[in-house]
Amino acid sequence: MTTSGEPGTFCHSRPGEFVRCPWHSWEFDLRTGQSWCDPRRFRTRPYELSVEPGSSVPGPYKAETFGVTVEDRYIVVEL
Amino acid sequence: MSASHAIDCDIHPGVPSIKALLPYMSDYWREAFVARGQDNFQPASYLPNSPLACRTDWRDGDTIAGSNFDLLQKHALDGFGSSLAICNVLYGGSFSISETMGQAICSAVNDWVKAQWLDRDPRLRASIVVPTQNPALAVEEIERLADDHRFVQVLMPVGLETMLGKQHYWPIFEAAARHDLPIGLHAGSLYRYAPTTNGWPSHYLQDYVSNTHAFESQLLSLIAQGVFLKFPRLKMVLIESGVTWLPGFLWRARKTWRAVRPEVPWVNESPIDIVRRHVRLTAQPIDGPSDPAILERVLNQIGSEDMLLFASDYPHWQFDGDQVIAAGVPERVRTKMMHDNPLATYPRLRETLQ
Repeated sequence: MTTSGEPGTFCHSRPGEFVRCPWHSWEFDLRTGQSWCDPRRFRTRPYELSVEPGSSVPGPYKAETFGVTVEDRYIVVEL
Repeated sequence: MSASHAIDCDIHPGVPSIKALLPYMSDYWREAFVARGQDNFQPASYLPNSPLACRTDWRDGDTIAGSNFDLLQKHALDGFGSSLAICNVLYGGSFSISETMGQAICSAVNDWVKAQWLDRDPRLRASIVVPTQNPALAVEEIERLADDHRFVQVLMPVGLETMLGKQHYWPIFEAAARHDLPIGLHAGSLYRYAPTTNGWPSHYLQDYVSNTHAFESQLLSLIAQGVFLKFPRLKMVLIESGVTWLPGFLWRARKTWRAVRPEVPWVNESPIDIVRRHVRLTAQPIDGPSDPAILERVLNQIGSEDMLLFASDYPHWQFDGDQVIAAGVPERVRTKMMHDNPLATYPRLRETLQ
């Protein structure tokens, strides 16, 4: 996040706390989803995230896998 | 509509001839102007005989428009019933190539305004004209006159030698803000730089219309360079800007700022909010279609009732009869623009009325 208290100066802080929309370049706070430019009006849809010990969630989960082969210059993914 | 007791934020006394200014010059400059035979430093945007330069019923033969004191009193002050009117003199000092000649003409204009206009009618106020060619000289001129509170503003052409927000001009802003003087940016340029980004236009039509480009780029320069953060008390008055270009410009500025904000992080709020707080506009001329409902819609898009200032632009021909306020200006704005908005914009006018 780049901020400034004085024209011509730059303060770079809070690395990794914001995401930037690849389309409009608007910045959003990862913790709240709120935009930096207009936090009251614009926010991304936030998703609940938490870190839990493995014993507290059912599982084990197994990711779905797809067979992949390399044929000449193409990568072929079998769905 | 008649506007009784209004505060007229833009009238133009005309300098009849350089001879009128000679008594207010040093011996050197008095001799120099006489020896060189230089005269007629009228800005090219208001050629004396062009229709725009003076309404036909306000003309006084072949004399320079606005140069007749009695007629200005009769037409602009008594005619519109204004309680106060701000004189913005458009003359060569602000755009002469020589800095020192610019200073000499500006100083003479300011002293001439004092003696020939302000001293003769208590309703008159004036802008300090300054040699923008050299900001240090401009500040000197502001300091010289700031104690006279009949000077309520600093006047600059909108088209200058460089972008207005650059630090080059900050000494002028600092002095103006310190003395409670808004900066009046008047349509026009120094007439030696192309008025469009694509070079020189071929016709007056293009030159005049392209003033809105200058207002947009200078306003955005002030915002992007952080001038209003640096000088939070500073106010800018856009004079003869045409007004209706503003909403589209603001939307574009805000949309782009949201995306590229990190390159100007000191701009920590929307350009629209900055403009609504720091910028005011005189409401003649006001560019709109003949349908007043459409003009009203555009003015509502500006989103503030505080920004328009009543102005006749005397003697320029912007309207006929006594319809100083264009049809379509919302009723609630009319009352504010005649009185409250000028008083909020010009602190020195408030002193007068107290």
